[in-house]
Amino acid sequence: MPEIRISHAQQLPEPDSPGEKPSAKAAQHEASGIRSFLLSRGNSAIADRGFHWLMVLCALSIFGIVVLIASELVIRSRVAWANFGLDFFYKAYVDTYTNQPMYWDPVNGHFSALPFLYGTLVSSFLALLLAVPLAIGVAVYLTEMCPRWLRAPLAFITELLAAIPSVIYGLWAVFVLVPLLREHINPWLIKLLGWTGFFGNDNPTGLGFVSAGVILAIMILPIVSSLTREVMTAVPGSQREAVLALGATRWEMIRMGVLRNARIGIVGAVILGLGRALGETMAVTMVIGNSPEIHRSLLANGSTMSSVIANEFAEASSDLHLSALMELGLALFIVTIIVNALAQLLVWAVTRGTPSQVH
Amino acid sequence: MVEDRLGDEKLKTEHKLRAQIRALTDGAATGLAVLSTVLVVAPLVAIFIYLIYKGASSLSLDFFIKAPKPVGEVGGGMANAIVGSAILLAVGSLIGIPVGIAGGIFLAEFGRGTKLANAVRFTADVLNGVPSIVMGIAIYSLIVVPQGHFSAFSGGVALGIMMIPTVCRTTEEMLLMVPNAVREAALALGVPNWRSVLSITVRTASPGIITGCMLAFARVAGETAPLIFTAFGNVDWSERLNEPIAALPLQIYVYAISPYDEWHRLAWAGALVLIVLIVLAVSLVRYVTSRGVLKGAS
Amino acid sequence: MGVGIEVSNLNAWYGTNHTLQDINLNIPANHATALIGPSGCGKSTFVRCINRMHETNPIARVTGTVRIGDLDIYEDCKPVEIRRRVGMVFQRPNPFPTMSIYDNVAAGLKLNGYSNRHVLDEIVEKSLKNSALWDEVKDDLKKKSGASLSGGQQQRLCIARALAVDPEVLLMDEPASALDPVSTSKIEDLIFQLKSQYTIVIVTHNMQQAARVAEKTGFFLNGRMVEFDSTHKIFTNPSDKRTEDYITGRFG
Repeated sequence: MPEIRISHAQQLPEPDSPGEKPSAKAAQHEASGIRSFLLSRGNSAIADRGFHWLMVLCALSIFGIVVLIASELVIRSRVAWANFGLDFFYKAYVDTYTNQPMYWDPVNGHFSALPFLYGTLVSSFLALLLAVPLAIGVAVYLTEMCPRWLRAPLAFITELLAAIPSVIYGLWAVFVLVPLLREHINPWLIKLLGWTGFFGNDNPTGLGFVSAGVILAIMILPIVSSLTREVMTAVPGSQREAVLALGATRWEMIRMGVLRNARIGIVGAVILGLGRALGETMAVTMVIGNSPEIHRSLLANGSTMSSVIANEFAEASSDLHLSALMELGLALFIVTIIVNALAQLLVWAVTRGTPSQVH
Repeated sequence: MVEDRLGDEKLKTEHKLRAQIRALTDGAATGLAVLSTVLVVAPLVAIFIYLIYKGASSLSLDFFIKAPKPVGEVGGGMANAIVGSAILLAVGSLIGIPVGIAGGIFLAEFGRGTKLANAVRFTADVLNGVPSIVMGIAIYSLIVVPQGHFSAFSGGVALGIMMIPTVCRTTEEMLLMVPNAVREAALALGVPNWRSVLSITVRTASPGIITGCMLAFARVAGETAPLIFTAFGNVDWSERLNEPIAALPLQIYVYAISPYDEWHRLAWAGALVLIVLIVLAVSLVRYVTSRGVLKGAS
Repeated sequence: MGVGIEVSNLNAWYGTNHTLQDINLNIPANHATALIGPSGCGKSTFVRCINRMHETNPIARVTGTVRIGDLDIYEDCKPVEIRRRVGMVFQRPNPFPTMSIYDNVAAGLKLNGYSNRHVLDEIVEKSLKNSALWDEVKDDLKKKSGASLSGGQQQRLCIARALAVDPEVLLMDEPASALDPVSTSKIEDLIFQLKSQYTIVIVTHNMQQAARVAEKTGFFLNGRMVEFDSTHKIFTNPSDKRTEDYITGRFG
């Protein structure tokens, strides 16, 4: 039987023995007061309640942030809204000198957002066109085909792509990508696809929608790819096995057993990529050419909602100008919220719960 | 009889043809997948190589300790931008990390399963996708306009608010991984709930929570758009939080779009420094999470 | 010294599930009382009502009275206060994973604000000796984490942690069911020695264990307490047929 000492519950004082340190004896006396110490601690109801409410408050701050942004933007765009109303989004004015349509005219106080809506949509869809097939291809390779030892390093590399700041993408795009496109790719595009009317050759700079589309595609690749991977891994193995058992090749198994089941989530991933492309600012600003006009050619200069804000905000020439930019920001805010909410719902429906990665 | 045999032959060749097509398709699909992977990895490698090549040649001790020289002069550095970024990130972390962690504690410990928690979580995820430039002009309207000037404070607030949703969600995920038995043990000892949450549950999950904060930190460290209209940038050192302040990504942007070669050189150097710091942070996060966040808690 | 527990008309629910029905019994002080019965009969729920852990579940509800000593634990005080006077050991050992052995044992005191180093050292040593773990860990108190011990050691660590706050009652919910036979017998020895100083309530699946360590035994079935008597009587000459069926192994 293990030897047992008298617990500190008993209050019998020990007889003095030679060599016993006084501190130990005093400690023993105090030890029996543990119960009274604990009894005196109270029920900390106030501390608990206060802590609870503090946590709730901080959680509610998330809502507070959304309300804050929305209210600031609405307040500041009132002037523009009062001046233009819904016309802001589609009206075309006429340049008195050239008789060409003119949309964004700070000098005369005419502001129409049409070229920026056009620019945002065109650059974003171009980016999706380029990025989605590649992203799905990478996701398929990483989840279904890749040798195990290669998976982690490749996944890490795609993660790194997501971590590169927008401005560095822009820097690289301006000095490497744009000259590359200008010298080698654009002439080829003009020659091959000039007949469609979408590839005119009147822009010698290499900036424009194509450049913006390419760099945007590179930037949204990691998101679309990793989310696609997530929804693909969420498909249970039993689905794959069922298809294989019918004698399918590997690609057929992927197509019918995995992609078919995951397609809702993949749509969600694509929409999330779209959301990211819509709001991307720095890299786009540096390569799109910053022209507030609408041209049919994809090689022409243009502007997006975020790029015009970035360019003109600091030097807005009038209250109306600033207010118009704020209204653009509000439109961008609303659009990205809707797009992102839709994407989250789709992804959540497939992975059935919180996605494990925060993008 | 002859017809049957002919029929058999036709079926067999049909089968063989189909099998060949299926095999070809399989091979093509594999090829395309490999091609996609290569096309994705290539730009990354290209960017890194070019960054190192261009940036390393411009790096010098001066870069890290001197402020920029006036236009046209050679030399100078981006020390003020590096320090400026550090200050902005410090202010931002002071705001974003505590509020974010507290929000995560609510989601995991108090609100689990409630409608409020679901709404908060959903909103946080959506908020993560809002363009940072929108954040910037909102803070401009909120702080810069009433104050009448740009400031490090407003820039820090913008960055801090951007950190909150990220930190909140990663904290929640890490706290959910703490086994319930640990919470029960603390409660059964008569430890008050607030103390149990902080000293036991949060402490057990702290490696993961810290990595979540680092992730948010690395993400806002590279942000430029929210700073254009709040911190604004500064060609010199800043004295107070109430002044405009330089920031590394902001400076890179300004230099990159300028027409001066010397400034382009500095932009590359700055980009290299920035990317190295971010890659270090991301790799550290990866390393910690892959080794198992909760040692011994099983 | 331990205190007696008086339970009257205790009913407990998990949502709409009426887990405990009209429980009445008196648990004597300074004795070990065993609660036996088939899985799901409510023994764990009953024990969790005694230290108000049952109500940590948001859909849980309790009616009735539980008096520990002369204190009505549902009317006279808050859950936190009663849990400092009633210790609990769980089925699976749950030491705090990021804390050292020393900090684990001292947790109940440190986290309630106690900071006197000398006294804490004494208490940690006493508690570990009382739970028969001292000799095995005395050199690594602050170096090893609580989670690095073996299963049986972890459970004894949890017992030491519960003892350190000097409770009046010790609740043990199948404390040895996740352990190997050697650790199990060590823990049974412990209970045998501790019961003279604390009131111990032990839930167990193992009837031999109940017979070995407890003076009184209660048999639970489907949320009701069927029979409560001295251990000897329950196992040799039970009054209720259902008890007899369970003892002889006809079900459960």
